[in-house]
Amino acid sequence: MGGLVGYGAYIPYYLLERGRIAGVLGSGGGRGTRSVAAYDEDTTSMAVAAGRAALAGTDPQARRDAVRQLFFATTIPAYADKTNATAVHAALRLPADALAVDMVGAVRSGVGALVAAAQSPVPSMAVLADIRTGLPGGSDERDGGDGAAAFVFGGDGGMPVLAELIGQASATAEFLERWRSPGAAASAVWEERFGEQAYAPLADAAISDALKRASLTPGQVDHLIVAGLPARAVRGAARTAGVRPEAIVDTRATSIGNAGTAQPGILLADVLDRAAADQTVLLVVLADGVSALILRTTAALAARRPPQPVAAQIAAASSALDYATFLSWRGFLDREPPRRPDPDRVAAPPAQRRADWKFGLVASTCTRCGTRSLPPNRVCQACHAVDEMVPEPLADVPASVATYTVDRLAYTPSPPVLTVVLDFDGGGRMRCQLTDAVPDEVRIGLRVEMTFRRLVTAGGVHNYFWKARPIRGAGGPQAV
Amino acid sequence: MGSHGIRDRVAIVGMGCTQFGEHWDKSTDDLLVEAAASASASAGIGLADIDAFWLGTMGSGVSGLTLSKPLRLANKPVTRLENMCATGSESLRNACYAVASGAYDTVMAIGVEKLKDSGYSGLVGSNPPGAGDDGRGDTTAPANFSLLAPAYAEKYGVDPVQMKEVLTRIAWKNHQNGAKNSRAQFRKEVAKEVISSSPTVAGMLGIFDCSGVSDGSAAAVVVRAEDAYRYADKPLFVKALSMVAGPADGLADPGYDFTTFPEVVASARDAYQQAGITDPRAELALAEVHDCFTPTELVLMEDLGFAERGQGWKDVLAGRFDLDGDLPVNPDGGLKAFGHPIGASGLRMMFEAWLQLRHEAPEQRTVRTVGGGRSQALTHNLGGGPGECVSFVSVVGTERAA
Repeated sequence: MGGLVGYGAYIPYYLLERGRIAGVLGSGGGRGTRSVAAYDEDTTSMAVAAGRAALAGTDPQARRDAVRQLFFATTIPAYADKTNATAVHAALRLPADALAVDMVGAVRSGVGALVAAAQSPVPSMAVLADIRTGLPGGSDERDGGDGAAAFVFGGDGGMPVLAELIGQASATAEFLERWRSPGAAASAVWEERFGEQAYAPLADAAISDALKRASLTPGQVDHLIVAGLPARAVRGAARTAGVRPEAIVDTRATSIGNAGTAQPGILLADVLDRAAADQTVLLVVLADGVSALILRTTAALAARRPPQPVAAQIAAASSALDYATFLSWRGFLDREPPRRPDPDRVAAPPAQRRADWKFGLVASTCTRCGTRSLPPNRVCQACHAVDEMVPEPLADVPASVATYTVDRLAYTPSPPVLTVVLDFDGGGRMRCQLTDAVPDEVRIGLRVEMTFRRLVTAGGVHNYFWKARPIRGAGGPQAV
Repeated sequence: MGSHGIRDRVAIVGMGCTQFGEHWDKSTDDLLVEAAASASASAGIGLADIDAFWLGTMGSGVSGLTLSKPLRLANKPVTRLENMCATGSESLRNACYAVASGAYDTVMAIGVEKLKDSGYSGLVGSNPPGAGDDGRGDTTAPANFSLLAPAYAEKYGVDPVQMKEVLTRIAWKNHQNGAKNSRAQFRKEVAKEVISSSPTVAGMLGIFDCSGVSDGSAAAVVVRAEDAYRYADKPLFVKALSMVAGPADGLADPGYDFTTFPEVVASARDAYQQAGITDPRAELALAEVHDCFTPTELVLMEDLGFAERGQGWKDVLAGRFDLDGDLPVNPDGGLKAFGHPIGASGLRMMFEAWLQLRHEAPEQRTVRTVGGGRSQALTHNLGGGPGECVSFVSVVGTERAA
């Protein structure tokens, strides 16, 4: 079986305090917070963020070039009919001859993508993303979460393995536990106790099969992750798995909620962020059946973790989001739009011609004088040489705010627009929007990183492009 | 190669300008008929006497038919052109060159814009289909120009409160002037406190830092300089016409600092050379400049050479550009108070030069610099924004060099 060679998770910047729900509706809500995808994020953009984290670190180019397959799983695809994995593939600058496919619709697709990538004979990437909510005041809204996770399995690619897949088993059955009509705003669930009795034998079977294949006893499991939306069944499966109680992993439900399709990935990333070498991780996923995967970490893990662990992302997140804004972001509260014309729909031919720039943020550098051009340009702005450019990927290059303004008139689903002029480290300037920030935070010199976002949707077409966001460390936004 | 200009080879001998404002009751056609008829009447000729037309409009119509149809012009050459907010000046420039070339005897430059039919405040453009990856369309004009203010303040050590005072004074001055102009969109003086406390639109800019969105049209009749006195007692001789399009690298070049329009500097240098002007502050009687937003006018004072670098804000506060200052700027109220119907604005600026230099401006806004012996005026028209723009500068005068 293949080994894990890279992983990363993405937790959005915004957390909703559950108490704010009761503050508006008079009831519901609860304790803690849940993660919330911003107005300019969707499952595709979050998948890109997680994918970038999984490819970061040493030899990112070698890892990119090695990927032969990309599986993208979500319940909330940005498009139907059109593949969403292709935008992720483009933004991650994966090889043109790699396969990129969606596994969308059901929560189970998440673990499906993971298993497919892990068992593939060629280096493969699974990216899991989800946006979970339900009708205002309901438990899905309260308990849900948004986020993404990505895993790269090496096949026989020869890359350093961070964790080996040593056992895998699944159990499948048809029963009506959670369902949603395509396009509906909320899911329906049958009685929880019904789900619990349906899942229990499947969990027992998958866990014992996987342990058997790995030649392990439950007591040898160092980290047990039980993921899934049926909370009662998940608790039951964890309780009856037979592992040491201290091996049961906290699902971070009180801080980020349950990100559905992405939850098993986020929790696995969270465990890998802190697991020691040579430890055993059992991941159990309950979703229309049960799948169990067992990984054993290696000594290579410690040196190759993603730059932003899950815990650090949660710590850096903002809980300033109010409930009305959350509702409007999720489409449950229609607000008066600005009195501006609707934005133009993205045109397919120019978007195709400029895909490297639009999706990959690949600018150009003049081979004659070294000046960077953003967007890529055939004539150098400095020495005017014609057609002497080479591609210059800038997505992972930090930048500083040269100047900025707060635009209260511009069309945006969440006013005001923060417009910044960026100077990239090593040269190159562009004007773009600053996101995951409030007007008071923006200042000249603010250090930013690039993030792939959905700018607007017009005429049914999503406009994906890059924005800047503050680089946040433990001490808040950084400045030069 | 070189830019030689056509100094004193052509002259403006008639002008017309509609009232600017929200003309709910007038169409583009109505505005064109009004401006064209009054310009030709002012030259003492009929429309049939005009040999060719240059129509400037950014978005109120395409092709020469936009003009020939309402005027029922019988098979005359009509060129429709566009150069963003400098469109009106571009139509004049091309009309002047046609006469200078000898191709035509009598031509008309006319500009028009009908902005108030769109249902939106501000300019509503329609762009060619794009990839949505160049920031186009997601920054509004006020936000774009608002980038000038903090950059200028930081570079020259002006604190934000003082900076707001400078911008407010520019708006206040232009409203003072507009209050004396019966054709202006806004004909009331506005108190500084009202200006400075108006709702924020972008950055430091409030509603009163923005020019008026309006409908309007203006036109000029141009003939050979040697024929000029047949049409007008006091023609305006064209001394300089300069138009440049920048490389649009301000948003791509980290060297650009948002305190200047290099395109304006270049077009001013070219125009002064064509006109033989060496000290614009002393030689010009007045200037009509592109005050689309208050910080634009501040930066223009330095780019056009009316103030030393970093000193413009002090000159603004000292009232040097007031109606009774030593170089009156925008005595007609400017884009700020007169309004900004895009295609018409460049010709509207020229209309004020036409009135002032020929002593036809109403008494209460007559600039004393003209009486003081200065006989030349400058118009400056700009399209685009900081880092990416086209700039036009003209110089006209009532004295033809021997």
